[in-house]
Amino acid sequence: MFVIQNKLRSVNSVYTKMAAVSAMGFSQHLSSNDFAPDWTSREVSTGTTIMAVEFDGGVVMGADSRTTTGAYIANRVTDKLTPIHDRIFCCRSGSAADTQAIADAVTYQLGFHSIELDEPPLIQTAANLFKDMCYRYREELMAGIIVAGWDKRRGGQVYTVPVGGMLTRQPVSVGGSGSSYIYGYVDSNFKTGMTKEECLRFTAGAISLAMERDGSSGGVVRMAVISEEGVERQVILGNELPKFSTV
Amino acid sequence: MALSYVLETPVSGFNFENSTRDARLESFLGDMKVKAPRPLKTGTTIAGVVCKDGVVLGADTRATSSEVVADKMCAKIHYIAPNIYCCGAGTAADTEKTTDLLSSNLTIFSMNSGRNPRLVMAANILQEMLFRYKGQIGAHLILGGVDCTGSHLYIVGPYGDLDKVPYLAMGSGDLAAMGIMEDRFKPNMETEDAKILVRDAIHAGIMSDLGSGNNIDICVITGEGVDYIRPYQESEYKDMRQRKYKYKPGTTAVLGKSVIPLEMQLVEEIVQQMDTA
Repeated sequence: MFVIQNKLRSVNSVYTKMAAVSAMGFSQHLSSNDFAPDWTSREVSTGTTIMAVEFDGGVVMGADSRTTTGAYIANRVTDKLTPIHDRIFCCRSGSAADTQAIADAVTYQLGFHSIELDEPPLIQTAANLFKDMCYRYREELMAGIIVAGWDKRRGGQVYTVPVGGMLTRQPVSVGGSGSSYIYGYVDSNFKTGMTKEECLRFTAGAISLAMERDGSSGGVVRMAVISEEGVERQVILGNELPKFSTV
Repeated sequence: MALSYVLETPVSGFNFENSTRDARLESFLGDMKVKAPRPLKTGTTIAGVVCKDGVVLGADTRATSSEVVADKMCAKIHYIAPNIYCCGAGTAADTEKTTDLLSSNLTIFSMNSGRNPRLVMAANILQEMLFRYKGQIGAHLILGGVDCTGSHLYIVGPYGDLDKVPYLAMGSGDLAAMGIMEDRFKPNMETEDAKILVRDAIHAGIMSDLGSGNNIDICVITGEGVDYIRPYQESEYKDMRQRKYKYKPGTTAVLGKSVIPLEMQLVEEIVQQMDTA
């Protein structure tokens, strides 16, 4: 009796182990080689700070430039402001591969839509395309995206699509791992009716503060101003960042 | 192309049945401390630099299987197109086959369109394929080359993330190699200086990383053509082997000898005329 019971028990444990292995997935196969450090098996994440602000006549978008794989900085001069259309840009945060793939897919869909309409697309359309993809594949993707730009119907707009696939329009939006450190600064310094220059200073200041405190954000600050006239891009190098009081 | 001994038509693309089987086997036999054989990793140092006239790629030549060096003269710089080469780090089989697939695709494209392939196309094809397999293909690839739009260097990770950079290093020895690159890289370097920089970067990787070693390969791609220097520098620890394994007669003592003739009978004889006309 005992022998039979033991056999049954061991068979059950094998089944649970097999189920556990298939549930765990294959991440183990790429890791645990003596010569390969942790970052060769980790996914590349943008662990970032991104931001967008509306002003009358357009939007100002900003991002840091650090892409990390675990503790290693894979690219210290990344461009996280990706053009989707002539007057629509998106800021990417989360998994680098996922956000690049989503941005490519949406660029294609939006381009096709715009050619069909024979008109520049609306920012709301672009944001909804992002939201559809991020929500439908929410289990497989890790992507937090801010879509911003200028269109004729509503002027400058900022929409945010965080992880999970929600969509909402906000006058100012921050995202990424560094955003937690600047909610206070953003909430206290944002005013409606700022000019383009004030928005630029506001964005540069916010991102610099986040880069100061967040280990996964750093490098340079890249900014883009989108308005009816077009897109102006700027880079603020590490030694030119705005300085706040030294602690 | 049907092979006579294949039982079923192979499905296109990669097949991961064996990795499921390996995972189950390992957990099943884990109690008895039996491990599945490890995949051959290139545990490598690869580097690339965009210089004034083109791109210089470099790689070490060691392929490891856990703690044993499996291949001392492994070629890590793979041919993609006449003007595009690709260095691969990660699982050796994955980098080989991925670059082979890419090369075939680009050759077909060239033939169809009559154009030389561009770097950005190669990089996008790689990115789409690797993203589709969600990191299961362990290939970290550095793509470098010169096309009608200029000289470019791209890096594609196993999850499908793409970056375009002027210089970079990859592989297990990349921290050491990147240090050399960050220190001495300048934009628009001369080709000779770029070769020395890449050699020094790979050398740093070889000296500081156990998974990299042996010789250094360099590949210089310019508008005029490709100079694939293999090896650019041989390891100073290379041993001299005689490669002679003949022994003197009499080394092994003969203890005895017996001869048994085999008797054969002719059972059937068939003569078939061959038509030579």
